[in-house]
Amino acid sequence: MADLATRTLPLRGFHGSSATVRLTPAPPASRLSLRARPEAVEALSTALGLSLPTRPKTSATNAARHALWLGPDEWLVIDALDTDLLGMAAAAGVLHSATDISHRNTAILVDGPGAAAAINVGCPQDLSLKAFPVGGCSRTVFGKAEIVLLRTGETAFRVECWRSFAPYVSGLLAAGAVDASH
Amino acid sequence: MLLIHCPYCEEERSELEFRAAGDAHIARPENIAAISDEDFEAYFFLRDNPKGLIFERWRHVAGCGRFFNAARDTVSDRFLKTYKAGEPKPQLPIAAMTDETVVETYEATEGRAE
Repeated sequence: MADLATRTLPLRGFHGSSATVRLTPAPPASRLSLRARPEAVEALSTALGLSLPTRPKTSATNAARHALWLGPDEWLVIDALDTDLLGMAAAAGVLHSATDISHRNTAILVDGPGAAAAINVGCPQDLSLKAFPVGGCSRTVFGKAEIVLLRTGETAFRVECWRSFAPYVSGLLAAGAVDASH
Repeated sequence: MLLIHCPYCEEERSELEFRAAGDAHIARPENIAAISDEDFEAYFFLRDNPKGLIFERWRHVAGCGRFFNAARDTVSDRFLKTYKAGEPKPQLPIAAMTDETVVETYEATEGRAE
């Protein structure tokens, strides 16, 4: 018998959409937790093919790759393709700390006119377009879980959470989606 | 819900994203092995617990993750100022103290504690 590893996704089979919000488990992605000092940012940007944002609550996008500002020296890099982000960062040749967290995180795509209302069920941030524009991102709380929020469109968000929190986050989002449609 | 200004995120965020981390501006003795037990106790354990203005460390734990300092009024829970870690203690005008603006406490009915 062939020795095969079967990958079970944390949100396999999840659905919880409502009339105004569509919830979709995001497909698997490559993710990197990146820490670096200001002097290393330029070389890492070149190596990763996008300019790492240095302003709070901003992100940079290049095709299927996003770099999210989490803190003054911390970024979350997400690539929708199966990319060796760790190797790319290492090729920069500058002092940094990078950890592959592709399987630590999972994500839920929240889409539709009620998306912000559904997220605000458990998240205290102001999600108006003025305070949280398209491309804006932030680590924050969602109920009792920590999430990273990325606004991909006027009514579309990507909610990144730890895979062990995924049942809780998806369940609360599903409840929020129902509330948002009233 | 309290809104706390994070000096690193440069905006006000909900208190849910923050965690308090004790008194600020406590300098570690340069040669900690040489100080007396009493001095170590004072440095390590003893805090003032003032009524009114206090300087504290806070951490934006579910945000940028940074520690920063805050000047806070322990009577009204009002944050008077937040500033980055490593910056000196700010001079606050006495008017910023909230003796006149006590809210949501039992001071009015119980009288002054001192």
